[in-house]
Amino acid sequence: MKIVAVCGMGIGTSVLLKMNAEKALRAMGVDGDVEAADIGVARGMARTADVVLTSDDLASEIGDVPAAVIVINNFTDVQEITDKLTAQLG
Amino acid sequence: MNLADALPEAAIGTLAHAEDWRAAVRLAGDRLVATGVTTDDYTEQMLAAIDEHGPYIVIAPGFALAHSRPSAAVLRTGISWLSLAEPVPFGHAVNDPVRLVVGLAAVDHDGHIEIMSALAAVLADDAVLAELLAADSPATVRELLAQHSLA
Repeated sequence: MKIVAVCGMGIGTSVLLKMNAEKALRAMGVDGDVEAADIGVARGMARTADVVLTSDDLASEIGDVPAAVIVINNFTDVQEITDKLTAQLG
Repeated sequence: MNLADALPEAAIGTLAHAEDWRAAVRLAGDRLVATGVTTDDYTEQMLAAIDEHGPYIVIAPGFALAHSRPSAAVLRTGISWLSLAEPVPFGHAVNDPVRLVVGLAAVDHDGHIEIMSALAAVLADDAVLAELLAADSPATVRELLAQHSLA
C-alpha cells in the first residue's frame, strides 16, 4: 500500500503525519510505504498512491485523484489514523 | 532527542496574551527570532502560509504547528513554544480554539524529524500536555519537558 501524507509545506505537519501513519500501519500489521509531500507535488504523487492522508483544509486542494483521500483531524492521534485506514481497507 | 534540548528559555513563552491567531503566530515567530533560528521574514512567511492554505496547521485539538518552508529566512533548524493564557480561534473546523503554538523552522525537509518525533510523543500524552499548558514560566516548561520528553 502506498500512502502520501500531505501538508502545505512538506515539512512539519506532513512529517508528523507520516510518522504516525507508519505507527498505524505497524499496529494494523500492514506493509506500506508512506511519503510526506507538500500540496504542490501531492497531486502528482497521489496518482500512483492508494491513499492520501491530509487535513480538511487541504483535501479540497488535492482535487480529483484515483487515490482515496482521507481527512485526519488529529495528526497526533495514531488511533484515529488507524481507525480510518482500517475502514478504508474494509 | 529531548525537547528541552531544543528549547532554551528564550524560545519559550508561557500564558501569553494574543488577541487573534495572527498575534499568536507572531509571538511564536518572535521566539524563533530571539534564539537566532530565523529572521523576522520567516514570521511573515508563516502567516502567509496560513493565508494561502487555511488553518491546516492546527493539527490536533488546541495545538497549532506554525511553520513555513525552508528559505533564506531560516538560519538553522529549531522550534519555539508559546502557550496562551486565553485560547484563540484559528478558524479550524474541529481543533479550535488553540492553546499552544509551536513555531517550527527547518533548513531542509528531513533534519527536523527527531524534533517532530519528540513533539508528537509529548502531545499524545494528555496528562503531560495539561501540565505543560498550566506551566507559568519557561523554566517550568523546560523542567517538565526534561522529565517527560523521551522520544
